[in-house]
Amino acid sequence: MSQFYSEVEGLSREELRNLQSERLRALVKYVYERMPFYRQKFDALKIKPEDIKDISDIVKLPFTTKQDIVDNYPLKLLAVPMKEVVRIQSSSGTTGRNIFMPYTKNDLELWTEVMARAYWRVGVYEDDIVQIAYGYGLFTGGLGFHQGAERIGATVIPTSAGNTRRQIQIMQDLGTTVLCCTPSYALYIAEVGNEMGVDFASLPLRVGIFGAEPWSEEMRDEIEKKLHIDAYNMYGLCEIIGPGVANECEYKDGMHINEDVFYPEIIDPQTGEPLPPGEKGELVLTTLTKEALPLIRYRTRDICSINPEPCKCGRTFWRLSRIQGRTDDMIIVRGINVFPSQIESVLLSVGGVAPHYEIIVDREKGRLDTLELRVEVSESFLSDEMRSLEELRQRLEEALESALDISVNLTLAEPGSIPRSEGKAKRVIDKRELFQREGGERK
Amino acid sequence: MIRQLAVFLENKPGRLAAVADCLAKAGINIRALSVAETKDYGVVRFIPNEPEKAKEALVKEGYAVIETEVLAVDVPDKPGGLASVTSLLAKEGINIEYCYASVIRLKESAILILQVDDKERASALLREAGFRLLSQDDVKAI
Repeated sequence: MSQFYSEVEGLSREELRNLQSERLRALVKYVYERMPFYRQKFDALKIKPEDIKDISDIVKLPFTTKQDIVDNYPLKLLAVPMKEVVRIQSSSGTTGRNIFMPYTKNDLELWTEVMARAYWRVGVYEDDIVQIAYGYGLFTGGLGFHQGAERIGATVIPTSAGNTRRQIQIMQDLGTTVLCCTPSYALYIAEVGNEMGVDFASLPLRVGIFGAEPWSEEMRDEIEKKLHIDAYNMYGLCEIIGPGVANECEYKDGMHINEDVFYPEIIDPQTGEPLPPGEKGELVLTTLTKEALPLIRYRTRDICSINPEPCKCGRTFWRLSRIQGRTDDMIIVRGINVFPSQIESVLLSVGGVAPHYEIIVDREKGRLDTLELRVEVSESFLSDEMRSLEELRQRLEEALESALDISVNLTLAEPGSIPRSEGKAKRVIDKRELFQREGGERK
Repeated sequence: MIRQLAVFLENKPGRLAAVADCLAKAGINIRALSVAETKDYGVVRFIPNEPEKAKEALVKEGYAVIETEVLAVDVPDKPGGLASVTSLLAKEGINIEYCYASVIRLKESAILILQVDDKERASALLREAGFRLLSQDDVKAI
């Protein structure tokens, strides 16, 4: 059985509840004093920090949405002086601009701690060789996994994403035992390795920790079979901390949420009412101990459920199901979050095209996700010269790539060719089968 | 200078056929035609005998029609015919954006459709050199 990295993972539910209550009391006081944004929200609801005594009082508090973070661009929500911020990471906003998430020294320590727990949870310890093929940079994947792996004393190979043949070469030459990347990239590695004639069964590789995009049990089976490893699911989001919010233990039956620091609720996305454990709804998270930008009842927009049953591993943290959908139109392509509204604002800022577009996401077997964008050329920009059309196409592609951080295949479409619909246009055609079908639980 | 119509089309089966069909129904005669394409889309450019009628028919069916003026040069139909035009423009530093030949032949010559960066100067130069430039009426009368 995997060892607990932190004693807190084995607290009784009552002890955990007391810890959560204590932390929530401190948190509401903290945000009320330091963040005008929350003070106004509390005042509007006539809530005083003293009204929050127990963790169950959390339902009295207002929600926070991504739009709140977007509206307070770049860092108006910061609860500490900038000099206490030691790191800034970033994630997609809902429009053309990204959102920034700041970390104090303690926030980084928290992140490192939860990532260290994550490795131990799947039996990865100091004698492991961990290859991190998540992107490094503003995206939280690379650095989050990196910090945790360093903390447990593993050997870290920060390959970052891409250059797949080199990834595989390194994996063979250095004897990588743990691979961290998106699940679709893991499949791609398997495919390329196959082309290279690599026998994964003979490699020391034994564990994969995959996240940053939704995947299914079928995909897990495929990855495990092709790479000859145990594949584990990881959940996280930049707004809360990055990866490390919840992850599976060796039993692969739900992701233990680090409830001592991230308090989870499942709500009805329509009414906002809390749902009882086990029911499917929107995940809402509260950062109980974060300093730089704590969030209260943050609406993740992820649809999932929480399993309160005790786990065979002995950890008392409740378990999060796979993400089964979104309450908004966000799509995740190669681990990167993309909002159709972001694409729209880039199209409008570059010009030359009509605001009629269609996003087609696809994943050919064993290949990486592709993001195709069909956009109608505006009448005024049409030209009989291919050169100016190609220039327009390239300009749009470059602008999208720099805004979304992902390559886009842009196709100019004939005016009037993209179906118009009444009301909300159906802009995204996702041909991938990402979400688990109902009843598709693992046996 | 004469009027050219161009239609933006996605590069997929049946799109050019639909345009041709639309023009046929409207009773339009195509004097010259060229298709430029990329992997995803293309532009079909043509010289109709009756531009107004052709444009109306296409727009009515929802096509994106681009109208431009181009030069139509009467070029001797013999070896070196094209070269006589292109070398003249090259010498004067005029850039040819695109060119295509007509599908019909005059008695001893062919029609070359030219798009250049400086139409006025190119027309003058060609005339000076003795080339005949077709007018809109010429196109209709062919």
